[in-house]
Amino acid sequence: MDKLLSVAPSPHLKSSTGVPGLMFGVVIAMMPVLVLSVIFYGLGAIVVTATAVASCVLFEAIIQKYVLRHKITVSDGSAVVTGILLAFNIPSDLPVFMIILGSLVSIGVGKLTFGGIGNNPFNPALVGRVFLLVSFPVDMTTYPNPTGLNASLAESYIDASSGATPLTLIKEGIKAGKPVSELMTQVPDYADLFFGDMGGSMGEIAGIAIVIGFLYMLVRKIITWHVPVVIVSTIFAFTGILWLINPEQNADPLFHILTGGVLLGAVYMATDYVTSPMTIKGQVIFAVGIAIITVVIRVYGAYPEGISFAILIMNAFVPLINRYVKPKRFGEQLSNG
Amino acid sequence: MSTIILYTVISLSATGIVAALILYFAAQKFKVYENPKIDEVEEELPAANCGGCGFAGCRAFAEALVKAEDLNDFYCPVGGNDTMQMVAKILGKEATLSDPRVAVLLCNGHCEARPKTNVYEGATSCAIASALYGGDTGCQYGCLSHGDCVDVCDFDALHMDTETGLPVVTDANCTACGACVEACPRDLFELRKRAKKDRKIYVACRNEDKGGIAKKNCAVACTGCTKCFKVCPYDAITMENNLAFIDSDKCKLCRKCVPECPTNAIIEIGFPPPKEKKVTETATDNANNKEEVLPGQSKTDQS
Amino acid sequence: MLKTFAKGGIHPPENKYSANQPIVSIVPPDTVTIPVTQHIGAPSKVIVNKGDAVKAGQVIAQSEGFISTNIHASVSGKVVKVDSIVDSSGYKRPAVFIKVEGDEWLEGIDTSDALNENISVSDEEIIPKILEAGIVGMGGATFPSHVKLSVPRGKNAEFLVINGVECEPYLTADHQLMMEKGKELITGIQILMRGLRVKNAYVGIENNKKDAIKHLTVLAANHQGIEIVPLQVKYPQGGEKQLIKAILNREVPSGGLPIDVGAVVFNVGTTFAVYEAIQKNKPLIERVLTVTGKSVTKKGNYKVRTGTPMKHVIDAAGGLPEDTGKVISGGPMMGKALNSLEVPVIKGTSGILIIPDEEAHRKPVQPCIRCTKCVQVCPMGLEPYLLQVLSEKSMLERAENEYIMDCIECGSCSYTCPSNRPLLDYIRLGKQQVGKLIRSRKQ
Repeated sequence: MDKLLSVAPSPHLKSSTGVPGLMFGVVIAMMPVLVLSVIFYGLGAIVVTATAVASCVLFEAIIQKYVLRHKITVSDGSAVVTGILLAFNIPSDLPVFMIILGSLVSIGVGKLTFGGIGNNPFNPALVGRVFLLVSFPVDMTTYPNPTGLNASLAESYIDASSGATPLTLIKEGIKAGKPVSELMTQVPDYADLFFGDMGGSMGEIAGIAIVIGFLYMLVRKIITWHVPVVIVSTIFAFTGILWLINPEQNADPLFHILTGGVLLGAVYMATDYVTSPMTIKGQVIFAVGIAIITVVIRVYGAYPEGISFAILIMNAFVPLINRYVKPKRFGEQLSNG
Repeated sequence: MSTIILYTVISLSATGIVAALILYFAAQKFKVYENPKIDEVEEELPAANCGGCGFAGCRAFAEALVKAEDLNDFYCPVGGNDTMQMVAKILGKEATLSDPRVAVLLCNGHCEARPKTNVYEGATSCAIASALYGGDTGCQYGCLSHGDCVDVCDFDALHMDTETGLPVVTDANCTACGACVEACPRDLFELRKRAKKDRKIYVACRNEDKGGIAKKNCAVACTGCTKCFKVCPYDAITMENNLAFIDSDKCKLCRKCVPECPTNAIIEIGFPPPKEKKVTETATDNANNKEEVLPGQSKTDQS
Repeated sequence: MLKTFAKGGIHPPENKYSANQPIVSIVPPDTVTIPVTQHIGAPSKVIVNKGDAVKAGQVIAQSEGFISTNIHASVSGKVVKVDSIVDSSGYKRPAVFIKVEGDEWLEGIDTSDALNENISVSDEEIIPKILEAGIVGMGGATFPSHVKLSVPRGKNAEFLVINGVECEPYLTADHQLMMEKGKELITGIQILMRGLRVKNAYVGIENNKKDAIKHLTVLAANHQGIEIVPLQVKYPQGGEKQLIKAILNREVPSGGLPIDVGAVVFNVGTTFAVYEAIQKNKPLIERVLTVTGKSVTKKGNYKVRTGTPMKHVIDAAGGLPEDTGKVISGGPMMGKALNSLEVPVIKGTSGILIIPDEEAHRKPVQPCIRCTKCVQVCPMGLEPYLLQVLSEKSMLERAENEYIMDCIECGSCSYTCPSNRPLLDYIRLGKQQVGKLIRSRKQ
C-alpha cells in the first residue's frame, strides 16, 4: 500500500450531525410560522423575510471578506436563521431600508463584533429588533391588519392599514382606567389568537405554527424542552397569580401567553444555542428569569411587550450562570462525604 | 421645579460624601504594607511577564528579589545583565551575571531529509501528537512541526518555516526566556551561549537510536559515529545515547568538527562562506567529505 | 425498561459485522515480538537472553513490583534478540523477538479444549496463580488482575461484576466468546467469586446480544449467585463506573475505585483467561480478537498469540483492503490508530478495525456554538466544551476544579460535537498536565 495511514487520537467515529444540519433543522422548524404569516399578511411577509435573510447573509459575507479578512462562514446557515428571526420580529409592512439597517446591526454589531458565531453574548436578531424599536418606535409598533393571501403587494405591504396589537389595546385600556372585562371584548377570542388572526409582528401571531415548530425541533433533538416549557409555565403562573388577585386590573394568563411574542421568543429565541446557558439547571434559571422580566415589563413597564428585552437581559447573565451552575457530576454526592 | 433640582443636588452630594468617607476609612483600615522597593525593582524589569525567570510575571519576580537574601538564584533572561545590575544597585546586593543566551532548535529533520510514514490528523498541537505516538516520521525524537513553541513565544522570535516544517529562531528577538524549552514536548530547544555575530555550531539532532536506524529515518540524523568527538581540540563535544553534543560554553567555534560529520548533522550559522584554502586543508585530513550540502543545511547569517 | 446508567451516553451505529463468526485460530508467524510492557504499571524484567530456546508458556519477563505482571513466550522457538519495537503506544519500547520453531508447550499446560468444571485449587492459591499466569484486564485497560483481586484492607468486596457489555461498535470478540465458551466462563466466574470471597456475581450484557443473554442465563441457572443482567444498548456502558451504576445503581465516588462501592469488575475475556490459568494451567499467551471493517474480506473473530504482528493477523483475515485509511487497535471509540502494521498484538488488543479512507478523516474544525450536546452526552456529568478551552489555554488549576480528572476519555463529546471540535484531544492533554501538577504537589 503506497498511501500513508492516517493517525489521530480516539474517538475515530463521528456523528453525522454538523452545524449546517442543525441550522437547517431550525429553518425547517420556522417554516410553519412563515407559511401562516404569509397566509395572513400576504406578499408583505415574503418581501420582509426575503429582504432580511438576503441582507443578513450578504452583510456577513461582506464584513467577513472585506472588514475582518476572515474566512467566510455563511455556509453554516446561522445568518439565515438570524435573518428569518429578525423578520419574525418586525411588522410585515416595515420599509425595506429599515430591514436592511436592522440586518446590518444584527450581523455587524450583534454577531461579528464579538467574533462571529459562538462568541456573541446577545441574540443577534433581537439586537437588531431592539435597535429598530428604539430608532423607529412608530413604525415598529404599528402593525398591519391581516390582509390575507389574495391581497396585492400594494395592499399588503406598501399602504397596509394598520392597527394595534391585543397587548397594546389592553395596556392602553388599563392605563386609561377601563376594566379588563370590558377591554377583552375588543380583542379576538383565544381560538383566533392561537391560529394567528391578530395584529402583531410577522412571526408571533400564529401560536399553532410555533407549537408545531417546537415539536419538530424536539423530535429532531435540536433543542431540549426545558427553556420553552419553563418560560411559558412561569409566565402562566406569574400572570395567573396577578389575575387571581385582581381580575379587573390584569389580563388572564392564557391571554398573556397567546398574545405578543411569548411563544416565538420561548421557542426560537431563548433556545438559541450561543446565547443560552450550557447546563439544564442553568437553562431553567435562565428561563424563569426571562418569564419574570417579561411579565414585569408587560404589567408595570412602559412597553406593552417585554420578551425581547427580557431575553437580552438574561443573555447578559448567561456567562455568570455558566460559571456557577454546574451539571450534577457522576459520583459527586459521595466524594464530599 | 427648583426644589426638585435642589433635592437632587443635595442628595447626590450627600451620597458622594458618605461614599468618599467609607472609602477613605476602608483604605486606611485595610491598607497592606508593601516594601516600596518592590515597585522600584519592578520599574527596572522589562514588564514582559514571560515567566522566563521562573516566577509568575515581573511583579512576582520583583517581590522575590526584594525578599531574597542574595541574588544568586535569580536571573531575568529578558533584561539580561544590565537589568540585573540595576536591580542589584537598588537592593544594594551583588548580582549574578550570566552570559547572554539564545534558543536553538536541535533538529534539522526537514521534509526532504525525513520522509513521512503516516499522516497525523489530530488537533494541531505538538503536546497532543507527542502524547499519542512517535510522530508522523520514523524519528520519534524529532520536531513534530505543529508549532507549540511558536504559540508560546511572547517576543515574536519564532516562526514556522512552511517549507522545512521546522520552527526558525530569529536571534535578534530571542530573549532566552525559555518558554519554548518548556513547551517543546520533545525537548528540542537548548539555550546556548550567544557568540559574536550570533555565530553558532551545534549538533541539530536528538535521535537516540542506533546510527543505522537513525540514518534510515532521517538523512541528517546524528549517528553517534564519534568523528567530531575525536577531532575537537577543546573537549567541547560529549557522546551520550548515540548522540554528540557540543557544549556552547566550551566550544571556541573553530569549526573543525563541521566537515567531519558524515550526515551534516552539525550546523554552522553566522560564519562567512568558507575560504577555498581552509576547505582543502581539512579535506586532506578527511577522505570522505564529499557530502553534498542539503537544503536548510548551510544556513548563513539569519539576521 | 432495561437497566442502564443514568447520565449521558450515546448510541453510535453498531456495525457488528463479525457477530456470530466462529472463533478461528491463526497460525503463528515466523517471528513474534513480545513487548515487555503489556500492562499498566512497571515494565517486566526480561530473564531470557539472545539464543535461548523457549517453549510456549514459559516466563520470559518477570513481574517487577506489585502493579506489574509476568510475560510469557507465546510460541516455542529461539530468542533472536531483545530490542525495541514500535508497539501500540506509538513509541519504541523493548520487546523480545522469538523465531518460531514448532509448537511445543511447557509441561503441565493442558492445551486441549476439554471442559474442566471441577475447581480443585484452594481459595488462597487463586491470586498467586493469576499473577503467575500474567493475567491483565483484557477489555483494553490492561490493569493487572491479581491487583484487582487483592482487596485492600479496610475495603470490602460485595459483588463481582462481569463485563459482557462490549459497548464499542464493530467489536464482537466478547460476544462470540460468551457463545462458544459459556460453560468455561461460568467456571471462571466461580473461581473469581472464590478469589474475592463474594456470594453474588452479575454479568452485564447489552441487549443487542440477545442470544448470549439467553445462552448464559440457561447456563447460570444451575449456579447460585450468578445473575445475567440484560442492559440497554448505550455507549460507554462498558466503562466500569457506568456498568456498576447500571447494574447495582451505585455511583463510584469521584476519584474513587469500584471497590469503594464494594464492586470488582472483570471483562469476559479476562474471566476466560482466569479459567484457563486455573483449570488448564495455561498462562495468558493468546486471546480472541475481532478483525473487522467495512472492506475487510474475512471479518471475524480470531484467536491470536500475543506478539503476532498486526499485519500477520490482517493477512489471515483476507489482507489489508485497497481503500484503507486508518487501522485501529481496539474499538473505534477508545482504540488507538496505528502508525505501523508491525505493531504486535498484546494482551489488551480487543480488535483490529480497518476504516476505509472515506471515513478515516476528521472534518474541519468550526467554532463552538455552545449547543450543549457535549454536556448532555458526558457520562461523568462534566462540561467538555469548558475543559477543552481550559486545557488549550493551560488553565490547569481551574481545569482541576472543574474535575477534569473525572473524565474517563470515552470520547462521547468528540463524537457528538456538531462543530467537529477535538474536545477529547485537549481534555486528554489537560488530564496529563493536571496529573503532573497533582503529583508535583504531593512531593
